[in-house]
Amino acid sequence: MIAMQDVHKAFGPKKVLRGVTLDVARGESLVIIGGSGTGKSVTIKCILGLVTPDTGLITLDGQDVRRAERDAFLARFGMLFQGGALFDSLSVWQNVAFRLLRGALKRPRAEAREIAIEKLRRVGLTPDVADLFPAELSGGMQKRVGLARAIAAEPEIIFFDEPTTGLDPIMAGVINDLIREIVVEMGATAITITHDMSSVRAIADKVAMLHDGVIQWTGPVARMDTSGDPFVEQFIHGRAEGPIEAVR
Amino acid sequence: MHPLAPVTAVGRSTLSMLAAIGRVTIFLGATLTHLVRPPFYPREFLSALLSIGWFSLPVVGLTTLFTGGALALQIYAGGARFNAEAVVPQIVAIGMVRELGPVLTGLMVAGRVAASIAAEVGTMKVTEQIDALVTLSTNPMKYLTVPRVLAATLALPLLAAVGNVIGILGGYLVGTTRLDFNAAVYLTNTVDFLEAADVVSGLVKAAVFGFIVALMGCYHGMNSGRGAQGVGRATTNAVVSSSILILASNYLLTEVFFSA
Repeated sequence: MIAMQDVHKAFGPKKVLRGVTLDVARGESLVIIGGSGTGKSVTIKCILGLVTPDTGLITLDGQDVRRAERDAFLARFGMLFQGGALFDSLSVWQNVAFRLLRGALKRPRAEAREIAIEKLRRVGLTPDVADLFPAELSGGMQKRVGLARAIAAEPEIIFFDEPTTGLDPIMAGVINDLIREIVVEMGATAITITHDMSSVRAIADKVAMLHDGVIQWTGPVARMDTSGDPFVEQFIHGRAEGPIEAVR
Repeated sequence: MHPLAPVTAVGRSTLSMLAAIGRVTIFLGATLTHLVRPPFYPREFLSALLSIGWFSLPVVGLTTLFTGGALALQIYAGGARFNAEAVVPQIVAIGMVRELGPVLTGLMVAGRVAASIAAEVGTMKVTEQIDALVTLSTNPMKYLTVPRVLAATLALPLLAAVGNVIGILGGYLVGTTRLDFNAAVYLTNTVDFLEAADVVSGLVKAAVFGFIVALMGCYHGMNSGRGAQGVGRATTNAVVSSSILILASNYLLTEVFFSA
């Protein structure tokens, strides 16, 4: 469904992606792991067109994403951002229903609010949260609202950028379970970026290890512990010694 | 130090300035293009109009009130040197309507609104809210920049008009209570002396200043660096650049309206 072939991206002299090649099948949940600053976020931003790759090809269902009609292309995606990226000036329900209040998917306001409340309920939040503002919510609640917004328009593909960063282990477990349930329930294709191994085991069908701008290893999550790849071994066991330099 | 180091520094600064002018011009072009192409966001426009126009009234009112009063005192004292004290109402009126009303309104709104827009948009950028807008099929230029630019362009002439009246009122209060002008004569002289061109030129200037303020606020916000320092720098740059552009364009517009 999504394919990246030899994608390169540099910011000034810093080469972040040095030839990323990756395939994600329809309905698959891929988790990209890797240390901080290895280009995980840049990879998904390249797919979405938020960052333009220097060279390489990215296709969605065989079509070059650069040639796709932008609105129709983006309507297929939902994204949960690392910090939630909720709009401060809008209430929780308006954040969730953002896409349903404007543009091609516009619905009547009352209907959009109903859908938002239903999605909030789906992520474990009660309707009384709907009229609060993001600043009034805890970090875990903001992540849930971000998740509700990502699924509000029932996208085919969902990206999760560090979904459990900054959360306590219990809340991280709740978010991981929610992501897994929702992805299975919607039959969506998912790409998650994380360095939290509990998230990897809870969410992934397939794992890709990104290091030094290239995919070092990719395979099913069941084979991750016995991959024999020194990068994966060092990363999943959190060892300071190995091919990945501790100081980057 | 290399003997050509000062030349290198001048060259680097020049190139950097030209690049900045180029980026602002591209941003201006994109804003103008999006101004006339749907979709439009009326809610965001009305919210910006309220925030820029209504909430700037106190600061504009106070500034022009005191400036009008000070202007009356200055003209009276200066005019006394050549027995021209009687022209206080006329000069206060023309000074406020043509120059001080729009310029002070522009500068005060630059301090309040350009800073606030740059901080808001800059924070949205560093917290990935602008990326989120894109993923939600919403163009940030249309959703953030166009409503603010349009609202500021419409709000500033209204604010300047109110500022003009309050500034003239400030002169009137000082003239009648401190300088012994007859109230009726003061008002008659003010109204009789002003021409439509004085008022219109001031309002056109204010509209241009409003456009500049919102454009600079959005530009610096959208190009904000990372972190609190980046947003802080964007805010400062928005206020400084919009203030300089207001003063520069004020001179150019005055040339256009009143030269020859």
